[in-house]
Amino acid sequence: MKQYQSQLALIIALAVSLGVSLCSSSIDDYYLDIMLNVGINVLLAVSLNLVNGHTGQFSLGHAAFMAVGAYGSSIVTLEMGAAMIHVFGGHGWFAEGLTFLIALSIGGLCAAICGWMVGVPSLRLRGDYLAIVTLGFNEIIRVVLQNTSGDGPFGGALGLKGIEPYTNFFWVFATAAIAIYTISALVNSTYGRGFLAVRDDEIAGESMGVNTVRYKVIAFVTGSFFAGLAGGLYAHLRTTISPEGFNFLKSVDVVVMVILGGMGSTVGVILAAVVLTVLNEFLRDFEQYRMIVFSLLLIVMMIVRPQGLLPATVFQRRKQA
Amino acid sequence: MLEIENLEVSYGSIKALHGVSLKVPQGSIVTLIGANGAGKSTTLRAISGLIKSRSGKVKYDGEDITNLPAHKIVAKGLCHVPEGRMVFANLTVEENLRMGAYLRNDKAGVAEDLEFSFQMFPRLKERIYQAAGTMSGGEQQMLAIARAIMSKPRCLMLDEPSLGIAPMLVRSIFEQIVAINKERGITILLVEQNANLALAISKHGYVLETGNVLLEDTSEALRKNPQVREAYLGG
Ligand SMILES: Nc1ncnc2c1ncn2[C@@H]1O[C@H](COP(=O)(O)OP(=O)(O)OP(=O)(O)O)[C@@H](O)[C@H]1O
Ligand SMILES: [Mg+2]
Repeated sequence: MKQYQSQLALIIALAVSLGVSLCSSSIDDYYLDIMLNVGINVLLAVSLNLVNGHTGQFSLGHAAFMAVGAYGSSIVTLEMGAAMIHVFGGHGWFAEGLTFLIALSIGGLCAAICGWMVGVPSLRLRGDYLAIVTLGFNEIIRVVLQNTSGDGPFGGALGLKGIEPYTNFFWVFATAAIAIYTISALVNSTYGRGFLAVRDDEIAGESMGVNTVRYKVIAFVTGSFFAGLAGGLYAHLRTTISPEGFNFLKSVDVVVMVILGGMGSTVGVILAAVVLTVLNEFLRDFEQYRMIVFSLLLIVMMIVRPQGLLPATVFQRRKQA
Repeated sequence: MLEIENLEVSYGSIKALHGVSLKVPQGSIVTLIGANGAGKSTTLRAISGLIKSRSGKVKYDGEDITNLPAHKIVAKGLCHVPEGRMVFANLTVEENLRMGAYLRNDKAGVAEDLEFSFQMFPRLKERIYQAAGTMSGGEQQMLAIARAIMSKPRCLMLDEPSLGIAPMLVRSIFEQIVAINKERGITILLVEQNANLALAISKHGYVLETGNVLLEDTSEALRKNPQVREAYLGG
């Protein structure tokens, strides 16, 4: 029974997301929107946690992969959505769902491919190169998107609008649940000990036979893939996207969630994503002070609780073993 | 078993090894001594693939392993315990040991070797759930050696196992090194500052000076060599 616990949890989570989704019309739109935001941010935070937390790297460009996924999936639904729905049997939950699934997957894959292209050269080196490269990549993606032609598929500085609002409770929380499951299964497996080894000491890991570069690339590509999915969900929730929405500050938001939650602690990071998203909502009227509040929060945390809200302790892992 | 020919290594533009050659026969303990900065650690790192060599050859079991990636070299049964006992600080003692068996699939064999590690260093068993980073230097060194044993190496390279450890404990660690060599038949290349003790347990020794092999002889002869006595054995 015990070995199926996590699979069972995943199935329950999927079922609950579907159930809530079916009666989501009875939830107040405002709260539903916050919940969906929470879900997308959980997805972002958990996927970045695989890179920055479990594997001990430092990526500063998560929003770039989100952008790739958002644009990739939106272009699919905008350019080919109608044709796909037609092929799949006309309007209805099945054809639309399948179209969205394909669009999301393509967005995720595009993000994963970008992750691979950015990760392979920069992860061969130890140290802070990844932070610099991802920071640069984030800016490059934004600037390139901004400078595309306004009537081309990328929509230039104004971005894309009129994206179908396919995203609902089920899609967001099912994807988040799958991400949490996949990432937990990955790091808690025998194979996954390699991630911990990379985080703790790359040289010792290498000298124990761990292919550290491969682990770093796997973590980074997986993280990018889920960030891409988050982008696709975000695009089909907001129905308009623009390059500015995926700027460096968005990446910082996600990094803050991971640090605040406790690097490498999945539960802590989820908690931080929920708290910060809700807090963000409360601070909506004080938009210009938001970054100040976040910075203060980080400073206070560093002083009183440097290990994060719910750090991944040795004891947690022992119980799992 | 291990043969190094004319190994040259540079860090940037600074040459650290100017053509080092040495041989470690199967089943033996060979000592590498030399002053600080002579290039001992560099030699081990180049053998185990942690750094790339510029030229020269590393042969292991007759096979050319020069500049293979480190994890592939470990898979061949050549394990390196780096200087400064790099344990996984946030993992427990047990997790560290299991990391050592990372490349192995034989569960029974791993369990057996875990037992062997605890017999070898009972202190590790007492601290099985302690985070490795919180252990004393000596305990970490024991852990680093035991973790290397867990990879079931045929050849083990130890870089200064006595570094910063009390004389009493050094003696016991050296006894275990001899036991590893005798009982498990593991070939050992030992780098040491404590030349006296290292030459006492090894058959053959090399003296390294500024990236060159200055002397090579049986350990016994080296211990009598006036030049070595003067420089490394305290007169
Ligand atoms: N990462 C590095 N970058 C640049 N130079 C290095 C590096 N590592 C070692 N060196 C240099 O290479 C030379 C050999 O160093 P090495 O660590 O091999 O010496 P060692 O014989 O192991 O000394 P010790 O007994 O102090 O450990 C030294 O001059 C050292 O300064
Ligand atoms: Mg050294």
